[in-house]
Amino acid sequence: MKSKDKREGQYIDQRVRYGTAFFLMLILFFILLFLNIRIGSVSISLPDIVHILLSRDDGGTAYQIIWQIRLPRVCMAIVLGGALSLSGFLLQIYFQNPIAGPYILGISSGAKMFVALTLIVLIQKIGRVNSVVMILSAFAGAMMSIAFVLLLARKIHHMSVLLIGGIMINYICSAITDFVVTFADDSNIVNLHGWSLGSFSGSNWRDCFIAMVVVMVSVVLTFLLSKQIQAYQLGEAYAQSVGVDVRRFRIYIILLSSFMAACVTAFAGPVSFVGIAVPHLVKRGFGTTKPLIIIPACYFAGGIFCMLCDLIARTLFAPTELNIGTVTAIFGAPIVIWMLLKRKRSQMQ
Amino acid sequence: MGYDFSVKGLTVGYQKIPLIRDIEFHMEPGEILTLIGPNGGGKSTILKSITRQLESLAGTVYIGEKEIHAIDYKELAKQMAVVLTERAQPEMMSCHDVVALGRYPYTGRLGLLKEEDERIVRESMVRVHVEELMDRDYMTISDGQKQRVMLARAICQQPEIIVLDEPTSYLDIRHKVELLTILRSMARENHTTIIMSLHEIDLAQKISDRILCVKGEVCSHYGTPEEIFRNEIIYDLYEISEDTYNLNFGSIEIPKWEGSRAIDCEQPGTDDERVEENGVDEFVISSAGSGIETYRKLSKMGISYAAGILYENDIDYQVASALAKHVVTEKAFEPISDRALQEAKLLIDKCKRVRICDPVIGSQNHRLQELIDYARKQGKVL
Repeated sequence: MKSKDKREGQYIDQRVRYGTAFFLMLILFFILLFLNIRIGSVSISLPDIVHILLSRDDGGTAYQIIWQIRLPRVCMAIVLGGALSLSGFLLQIYFQNPIAGPYILGISSGAKMFVALTLIVLIQKIGRVNSVVMILSAFAGAMMSIAFVLLLARKIHHMSVLLIGGIMINYICSAITDFVVTFADDSNIVNLHGWSLGSFSGSNWRDCFIAMVVVMVSVVLTFLLSKQIQAYQLGEAYAQSVGVDVRRFRIYIILLSSFMAACVTAFAGPVSFVGIAVPHLVKRGFGTTKPLIIIPACYFAGGIFCMLCDLIARTLFAPTELNIGTVTAIFGAPIVIWMLLKRKRSQMQ
Repeated sequence: MGYDFSVKGLTVGYQKIPLIRDIEFHMEPGEILTLIGPNGGGKSTILKSITRQLESLAGTVYIGEKEIHAIDYKELAKQMAVVLTERAQPEMMSCHDVVALGRYPYTGRLGLLKEEDERIVRESMVRVHVEELMDRDYMTISDGQKQRVMLARAICQQPEIIVLDEPTSYLDIRHKVELLTILRSMARENHTTIIMSLHEIDLAQKISDRILCVKGEVCSHYGTPEEIFRNEIIYDLYEISEDTYNLNFGSIEIPKWEGSRAIDCEQPGTDDERVEENGVDEFVISSAGSGIETYRKLSKMGISYAAGILYENDIDYQVASALAKHVVTEKAFEPISDRALQEAKLLIDKCKRVRICDPVIGSQNHRLQELIDYARKQGKVL
């Protein structure tokens, strides 16, 4: 009876921790949302923001800036940042390694290459590109990369080989993308070049809406896999022995993670390290890997992280804008290194 | 309640290359089957194949009337649980959560535990004495504890059949016995069928209802422990000799590093000649188990010695026949004969030292005293 009380206590402690963590994220979310709307080449005061957001009829400059530029952009950052971090979380489950992620495994670069090719071909032929086509071509590219990585993983059971394989795909795809961009029409190059390094600039409501629908469907599907994911954390054999259809589960994971990563690439270009750093921070912060908690938390935190990075990207050296990838790398890479060191230490213990 | 478990004409192997052919056995609910055999002999491969972890190359596995491949994974999980040698490495998962995964086939879409599930999780953990580990991170507990947590998880699955691959590895003696006791009580009380592989053949002999010997191409023997635990079967299975392993007691002796062995007393030639060519450094006089320590010590030091005069049913004889270079024996329950005494005296003449290890001397072996006096007279007694 006593131990039962203790367990009840533990449960409450855990719930308090989860609640606190979600609450802190919520506060951070609104602060960053506000800053993202407020800060820019034109600074807009809080009363003005409230006024503009509530009354949708003011046609002034500030109104245009908020509704046409800053809001869609921050919205895109939230939607795509979350997708990226969740994609990373799924790949980490699949490869049973916390260093796996869509960028490092070359999935983002594969998507980037396919999008670049599609863009150039279609713009030359038709003059414009549908965002659904962009997503589909990015997905095709992502699948190509992941197929290569999986093939490698089947041949060699070693994580570092896998990562090197991913990095090689990165180089090959980037080289091909650069090559194509060099020979593309002048008018496209500027656009394409900015995009191929990653940026949330130029987001519009239409894209934002499409991205949101597509990503939300993926997130819900991922959430429905929570139970399987939890079982899979014990490894393939044990997962199967408690009733997971492992083969089917693995296909779902690969499709979902590639699809989310592809979606991000289609709209914002490749964005590095979010997929590794954010899930890691979330797991540490919540002190658990329970998918029921971690999946929503990962998504939320990914959005917050990308809002922060985008804010820095566009304000640090304003009016010059940094690539989003530059900022995420500066924050993300040290986290990954810290993770590696910590892992080494815990292995030695 | 419960289903029979049977394997018919099963061929197992990796990448389409057959390793073991024509495995057959049949088990009724509540029986314990143990697979024994040397390392790399294919025990794990068989266990993986009958649990669907590995595609079998031919033959079928039945649970009751149903063929195992026709059962869907979730249904199968309700009937069969496994404890594997592969190490799970879950990140930041408490032991409670690991055990609770055993409830997977019973919980709903999102895997939320009901009160009933929580009760079963707790009971399973109490049963293998790991309840105090509930909130510990699985990765921070010891290997033996992990093994027991995994067993709790399997129990929590409430299966009809539990398959365990070397469940006793990493466990100390107490926990080995405890684990096997738990398994036996599950078999007897809950009619759970147990299939496992063990390296400790002495334990296998004591716990199993049936034994399957696995080595190479075909499963060499299958039967009850009484049928299987015969010198020729076991010594052949592991390619060992009786000097190394004593089947009756399950004790292991490490041969003297010189490599010489006790010679056969029936060997032709006079006693004199034999002692000559098999000269020993020491002679050990003991009886009723008083010499075992000394035998092992001398073997460790690499000193060659003879032992005697021992009855063939003396516990000392079991060890001496494995370790000593020469053993002077007498038939059980007979008075010591002139032949044995003469042989022993001859050996004492040739050796350098004589050790007397508090032998028990009774009415039948009183001539041992004669031998001791003989040695004393020569001044060789240590």
